[in-house]
Amino acid sequence: MVSVADRESFAVNATAGNLETLEASLLADIASAADEPAIEAVRIAAFGKKGTVSEMLKTLGAMTAEERQVNGPAINGLKNRVTEALTARKAELKDVAIAARLAAEKVDVTLPVRQSPAERGRIHPISQVIDEIAAIFGDLGFAIAEGPDIETDYYNFTALNFPDGHPAREMHDTFFFQPDEKGERKLLRTHTSPVQIRTMEKQKPPIRIVIPGKTYRQDSDATHSPMFHQVEGLVIDKTANVANMKWVLEEFCKAFFEVPSVKMRFRPSFFPFTEPSLEVDIQCDRSRPGEVRFGEGSDWMEILGCGMVHPNVLRAGGLDPDEYQGFAWGMGIDRIAMLKYGMPDLRAFFDADVRWLSHYGFRPLDMPTLFGGLSA
Amino acid sequence: MKFTLSWLKDHLETDATLDEIVERLTSIGLEVEHVDDKSGLKPFVIAKVLTAVQHPDADRLRVLTVDTGDGKPPVQVVCGAPNARAGLIGAFAAPGTYVPGIDVTLTVGKIRGVESHGMMCSERELELSDEHNGIIDLPADAPVGASFASYAHLDDPVIEINLTPNRPDATSVYGIARDLAASGLGTLKSGAVEAIPAKGETPVKVVIEAPELCPGFALRLVRGVKNGPSPKWLQQRLIAIGLRPISALVDITNYVTFDRGRPLHVFDASKVAGNLVVRRAKDGERVLALDGREYTLTPEMCVIADDDSVESIAGVMGGEHSGCDENTSDVLIESALWDPITTARTGRALGIITDARYRFERGVDPEFMVPGIELATRLVLDLCGGEPAQTEVVGYAGHVDKIVSFPLSEVTRLTGIEVPKAECLEILSRLGFKPQGSGDVVDVAVPSWRPDLDGKADLVEEVMRIHGVDNIAPQPLGAHDAVNSKILTTLQVRTRTAKRALAVRGMMEAVTWSFIPAKHAELFGGGQTALKLANPIAADMSDMRPSLLPGLIAAAQRNADKGIGDVALFEVSGTYEGDGADQQRRVAAGVRRGTAKLDGSGRNWAGNSGPVGVFDAKADAIAALEACGAPVDRLQIEAGGPAWYHPGRSGTIKLGPKTVLGTFGEFHPKTMEGLDVSGPLCGFEVFVDAVPEPKAKPTKTKPKLELSAFQAVKRDFAFVVDKSVEAGALVRAALAADKKLITGVSVFDIFEGASLGADKKSIAIEVSIQPVEKTLTDEDFEALAKRIVENVGKQTGGVLRA
Repeated sequence: MVSVADRESFAVNATAGNLETLEASLLADIASAADEPAIEAVRIAAFGKKGTVSEMLKTLGAMTAEERQVNGPAINGLKNRVTEALTARKAELKDVAIAARLAAEKVDVTLPVRQSPAERGRIHPISQVIDEIAAIFGDLGFAIAEGPDIETDYYNFTALNFPDGHPAREMHDTFFFQPDEKGERKLLRTHTSPVQIRTMEKQKPPIRIVIPGKTYRQDSDATHSPMFHQVEGLVIDKTANVANMKWVLEEFCKAFFEVPSVKMRFRPSFFPFTEPSLEVDIQCDRSRPGEVRFGEGSDWMEILGCGMVHPNVLRAGGLDPDEYQGFAWGMGIDRIAMLKYGMPDLRAFFDADVRWLSHYGFRPLDMPTLFGGLSA
Repeated sequence: MKFTLSWLKDHLETDATLDEIVERLTSIGLEVEHVDDKSGLKPFVIAKVLTAVQHPDADRLRVLTVDTGDGKPPVQVVCGAPNARAGLIGAFAAPGTYVPGIDVTLTVGKIRGVESHGMMCSERELELSDEHNGIIDLPADAPVGASFASYAHLDDPVIEINLTPNRPDATSVYGIARDLAASGLGTLKSGAVEAIPAKGETPVKVVIEAPELCPGFALRLVRGVKNGPSPKWLQQRLIAIGLRPISALVDITNYVTFDRGRPLHVFDASKVAGNLVVRRAKDGERVLALDGREYTLTPEMCVIADDDSVESIAGVMGGEHSGCDENTSDVLIESALWDPITTARTGRALGIITDARYRFERGVDPEFMVPGIELATRLVLDLCGGEPAQTEVVGYAGHVDKIVSFPLSEVTRLTGIEVPKAECLEILSRLGFKPQGSGDVVDVAVPSWRPDLDGKADLVEEVMRIHGVDNIAPQPLGAHDAVNSKILTTLQVRTRTAKRALAVRGMMEAVTWSFIPAKHAELFGGGQTALKLANPIAADMSDMRPSLLPGLIAAAQRNADKGIGDVALFEVSGTYEGDGADQQRRVAAGVRRGTAKLDGSGRNWAGNSGPVGVFDAKADAIAALEACGAPVDRLQIEAGGPAWYHPGRSGTIKLGPKTVLGTFGEFHPKTMEGLDVSGPLCGFEVFVDAVPEPKAKPTKTKPKLELSAFQAVKRDFAFVVDKSVEAGALVRAALAADKKLITGVSVFDIFEGASLGADKKSIAIEVSIQPVEKTLTDEDFEALAKRIVENVGKQTGGVLRA
């Protein structure tokens, strides 16, 4: 190791030997500098105001032209090589320092992060299925209509051609409220059909609506709930007929159950508010336990009721049945949700058990669209 | 409605198979619900056990020799039944026979070394019942070698149809045969009934005091009958359809009820005092009915009474007192017409379901009232003997056919298919309608057995169902310009968006009951009489909910009771302020319980979730409102909410002085106690329908974006204010100091401590400043800061914290 004092003496006597010794000494110092302050110290020792190399450079001014010709390149060469070594070593030490910091900053990335709220939240299957239905019928040009749960006898029965005392009226197991001063009692609608009349009252045909909503009947077991959900459709214009109705319902079933084709069986039936009336069974395969597949198999499952709007219902809606005609259909939202998604028990729909909701519910951003595939 | 195949064939001449008949019934609207077909039992024969000895190698088995009646030598059968014994006559299955109850096709095999050539069967093995304690043990006169199925009358399939309420004509086997014949599946046999020659008048007179309830009454006495058990064929038919044979006279009434849809009643004439009167029941009048139960009647009900008491609940059930038994020798046969509505209401009020009520409430063919009594008389004479008196007919004015004017084009108009005119008329005629005229519009006389039919749409249905619905090819519904408008209303869009927005906040959507316990309703401002159900399904589901919160809170507690205490639930649905159509609100509500915060719940290495509180609810409420399109920057938050909230930890969200958009907070201890729930708990309600509708213009271009070229800066201030000062007021005061330069104010610290003095607190705010015209100088900042301090001081009394 050469002391600083020694270097000063070299500086004044810039002989070739001195230069070599100085260079070797500086390069050794650079190589052995262990961190950024150490290398900085070497730089100052060489290139500071009184640094060895700086001093050496100063001697050039006092030299004769000949001396300078010899010593100039030698001293500058030394300066360049030392500078280069300094820069390289500095970069090297910086990398080492970064590496050390990075090593110190290492964490255990396997530690779990909190789940995104959007992954935890759920949409109830009833809402999801209503959105699916809206997507399908919206595409066919239907608007969504709604109406109140608390209804009058007129909208729920009379206007829908349920004669007073008719057995069909009693089949509905209606929830009633206490009669008012005039003796009239409100009721909880037993079906979504009152909205048919309410719509006809305020809108002239053509009418194309679907009506999802809550309905109520005084009935409770594994397949009946005192509150349930129905969706109903209504088309009124001057030509809509049974053939159109079959087409609409087939299109719906294909889209809803996401099958390329589906066999449907239309059976004559009875509803007070339609004439002719039909019940519809859909082809299915029940051979696998706990699973129903649609669009295949040899079983039938009843899925909806439908028919041509009864002339009396058109009249109640203020329409002339000889001028206007149309069809309506209705089905249970809870039921088709159970069929499509395999929920075994209707009662659990209204229990708000978060384990059930988490399992059977839908992620908030799974929005049903036709272009994206309903339940994709 | 149940019947057997052979019974159907009494009225229908057909070669159709059971499957064809079943399929056709369903396709013409008589939906087959169930077919009980035991034809699989054909190979089982009646066989006699000749000998029974102990199996050499098994304690519980016996080795039988069995005579199967085929003339061949007896076969050896190994049998485990405890009642297997010599002389027993039972049902035998030969090798090769499929035994349904054990799902096995028999083969010859060795059982513990002894060959067995078949099986003597138990009822369970034949799927006749669950009986499996022993093999079938038939009476000694059972014919060995004969088919067991036909001996046991199991070879006649039973068909059950699910009848819609509009088809009284199909409450009879005859009516079903008529429908099938009309559809081309055979020929209807004549249903004509011959009048019975009678001797003398029926001595019991009938007075109809309530003609509005009884449009006709026929009565006939048959003297000198002998009422014993009915013959086998009759008993078997009744048993097959689930009825219990009682005695010949009673069985005849049941038979005619099912055969022709004509319910009848028989009185023991010796027990009828004086004459019969048809009248309304007296209030509180009692009658012991044939089911052995006593019923209390009201004047809305119709009865048949004699001089002493009520003898029958009209159209529903007869009385025990004058019922027929084995001692009956003189019988009064009643065939009457009863008002359908009264019959339905009476049956419903008394809780009586009978085959008579089932038919009368749908409407019985008035023209078959008298033929019905003739048919019954014929059967009584055949089965019980006796001498008939003349039938007394009272009150019946005769039937006039309804005439429907029917343009045949209606079929195509409503169904979309062309059915040739001739076929339309042919279908109607075969169903018993009488079309008159030859033009495009015919007058169609409706038969007396179709009271349900009253318009041309009904006739279209008749043609359509018989022609075949399957023949209607689907036709696309054309596009309609007029309906190609908005699919969803603003409210519907907001409802959907609010649901998704809340779910994105980690909440789960619940669907809870619209009716809640009265006590819960009252706690949330409900419970008014107009919203109480008269007939709730359960006592705790009695009141229409005034709020979604009680249902959600109860749901959260149910989860907590199952060990899941950290739950976040929401619902977007209806609440009820009154029973009017416009008093149903659309509300988005949510609750959080335990530590179910937005970021997650429970403990975590990076920091545990704390208990939920008012600010969690506030954030949810504002998020829901934002999703609904409410102007979030114009919302005002007022301290305090409705009474069910914690008064110091709740708030009300308003838009202007009058419009309440929502409430949020923790709950009052009394609310928690009233609902019997525990916390931590918070919740909110947002009134989706109160959010103003957007301006009519559907598409708005957005205002031009102005980006300042000057650097934005932030300055902090801390103010000491009275504790009662709301942070919101201080923020508003700071914002108002310079509306142009100040772009935002956030609160970053709240401090209370002795150093500030009692009743004081410090609120620290960060003010965001965006120069718009030039870079601000130090002097500009000084001036702005001064304005902020002055305005805050003026509005809130706050001073800069030293």
